[in-house]
Amino acid sequence: MTDETSGPPEPSRAPAVARKSLMAGDERVAQTSRFTRLMRRPEAGVLVGLVATFVIFALLPGAESLYSLQGAMTFLTLSAELGILAAAVALLIIAGEFDLSIGSMIGFAGIVIGLLVTRLGWPLWAAVGSAFAVAVLVGYLNGLITVKTRVPSFIVTLASLFILRGLSIGITRAVTGRTQIPYILDNPPDPWTAALFNGHVFTGLFQWMGRQGWIGVKGDGMPFVAGIPMSIVWWIVVTSLAGWVLTQTKFGNWIYAAGGDPVVARNVGVPVARVKIILFIVTAVAATLLATIQVMEAGSADTVRGTQKEFEAIIAAVIGGVLLTGGYGTVLGAAFGALIFGLVQMGIFFTGIDTDWFKVFLGIVILVAVLVNNFARARALGERSGS
Amino acid sequence: MFERLRFVPAAIAALGVLAGSAGAEGLKAAADVKIAVVVHGNSSDAYWSVVKRGVDDAARDTGAQVQYIAPQVFDSVEQARLIMAAVATAPDGIVISIPDKDALSTAVKAAVDAGITVINIDSGEPQGAELGVPLYVGTTSEYEAGIKAGERLGAAGILLVACINHEVGNISLDQRCQGINDGLAKAGGASEVVAVSQDPADVTRRVEAFLASHADIQAVFATGTASANPLIKYFDEQDLWSKYKLYTYDLGPEILQSVADGKMGFGIDGQQYLMGYLPVTLLVQNATHGLMVQNNIYTGPLFVDTPEKAQAVKQLSKEGTR
Repeated sequence: MTDETSGPPEPSRAPAVARKSLMAGDERVAQTSRFTRLMRRPEAGVLVGLVATFVIFALLPGAESLYSLQGAMTFLTLSAELGILAAAVALLIIAGEFDLSIGSMIGFAGIVIGLLVTRLGWPLWAAVGSAFAVAVLVGYLNGLITVKTRVPSFIVTLASLFILRGLSIGITRAVTGRTQIPYILDNPPDPWTAALFNGHVFTGLFQWMGRQGWIGVKGDGMPFVAGIPMSIVWWIVVTSLAGWVLTQTKFGNWIYAAGGDPVVARNVGVPVARVKIILFIVTAVAATLLATIQVMEAGSADTVRGTQKEFEAIIAAVIGGVLLTGGYGTVLGAAFGALIFGLVQMGIFFTGIDTDWFKVFLGIVILVAVLVNNFARARALGERSGS
Repeated sequence: MFERLRFVPAAIAALGVLAGSAGAEGLKAAADVKIAVVVHGNSSDAYWSVVKRGVDDAARDTGAQVQYIAPQVFDSVEQARLIMAAVATAPDGIVISIPDKDALSTAVKAAVDAGITVINIDSGEPQGAELGVPLYVGTTSEYEAGIKAGERLGAAGILLVACINHEVGNISLDQRCQGINDGLAKAGGASEVVAVSQDPADVTRRVEAFLASHADIQAVFATGTASANPLIKYFDEQDLWSKYKLYTYDLGPEILQSVADGKMGFGIDGQQYLMGYLPVTLLVQNATHGLMVQNNIYTGPLFVDTPEKAQAVKQLSKEGTR
């Protein structure tokens, strides 16, 4: 303090900066604090947003129900289902493309499973396998048309959105005369396939906790929450796998390169077309995984399932810090984004706000989450408003 | 654990004292009653906005805390999750609709198992009974109503009908069309389903295309206000009233005006205001006095088929109760 006031500040500061840059190298290799480094990670902003969302709902009425075990399961399963899509969608957006057809793919995959099981009497595993084969084909076609024609994927997959939804309705109505396919899980020869997608893990633990009186139980002594649903397990598996690929493998580097600057990437030998086609297949497969989970959970398929899920998945990825322009983002961020979206969507109901206003609040929260995210990232990266 | 147990008798005694001061039979005061209405249609739909009006009016009249919850787009999986969320808030009663039994069975059973009184409205009467839901408030089955409508048309000599489905995937609308078809079949007629979306321009265009390619169609049957309203406008603009008959399920101001003007044949009223009002009132009674109706309540179908009837109902429809 005394130095500042006694000496002339301006002349002494300029050479100090110059000297520092000469001696300690320039700012690009300067040491930064651990906190700054943490905040510079792409998912740091969304983490701040997530904590803020948790706190806001903790302060609103209905928090004790929302954060009860049963209440938490409702938003966690919603987040899990969205998160499965968001992980795949994040990879594709980072690679610079969109897939708007995944919502319709959910409906279509469900119809494929439903019809093969109920009409042709196939076992579940074969029907599910066929649905995944269809998904690979759909993803391959989406990708192939996009990279061959250079038509924006936004348009190509918008077309697939209509085609797949139309096929779902057309085929189902032609075969069954209805739009829902019920009784899929009545006496399948392989119930273990269903359990792989709709079962629960740690059921013993939850029953034990129920016996201890820690969690609510039904009249027959079984806990209300039977265990951790498989959808959450799948979410963790998919997110871990996608995160590992993106950060630890050569293919992950290719994804960033393809989205960052495809021309440069191609010039240095990255097979951009192949990367993109594979990622279109990945999103279609993720949609089919979600469809399978929903069909096994509901026991029925419906031509309208998955409507608007494509937008929710993109929203989750963007809330999670993935840039729509490509080349930037993380899978973990997308997972946090899905968690925020699920929490907000269910949380609003628990607050008791009249649901006529639901979409207003949803929109505001999404906007605030993205703004907080952008602000936090800008501060951490040292951007200034003037520059 | 043991320490907590010791508090239980004291807590029960305290609750008894509180409740004793609140209700005549030692139950809850109406203001403390929490009810969740978790249905498959949200209030942006003309039909469901009347249901919600009934729910809101019942909440005001009884003083209970009532929440109306619905998925943003038609999605039974989402509705099941919302029912689970409602169960987690431990309300005194839940009002549900069952458009897809398989998708909703787990959630509905969870509500019943939790000891919450559940009332089923609008759709899924037999399915609800199978799941242990004690009461249904709504029209007789959509299929039955459709058969009655089909028979009326057949008796009037109208044998070839286009049934407009604006919510493909909703079993209620599928059954409405199926009922019309089977009702017509008794007089030797038949119907064909035209799938449209909820977008008014889309409804008009697709029906226009269908009529252009099916010259022998005598009447158009809309399965709800979402498809009926754009069709009334379309019929007015193209002056098709002399060429085709137009009928619909459900009522709305435009439909009633058209029937009152002698243009539309009839609108089928489900009196869905009562589907919102009655269950909430009944659940409040159940929570405050332990009372419950013992038989399903049928609010429809009511055929509004003369200009006089339509005129009488019109004002109420504008106010959002018909």
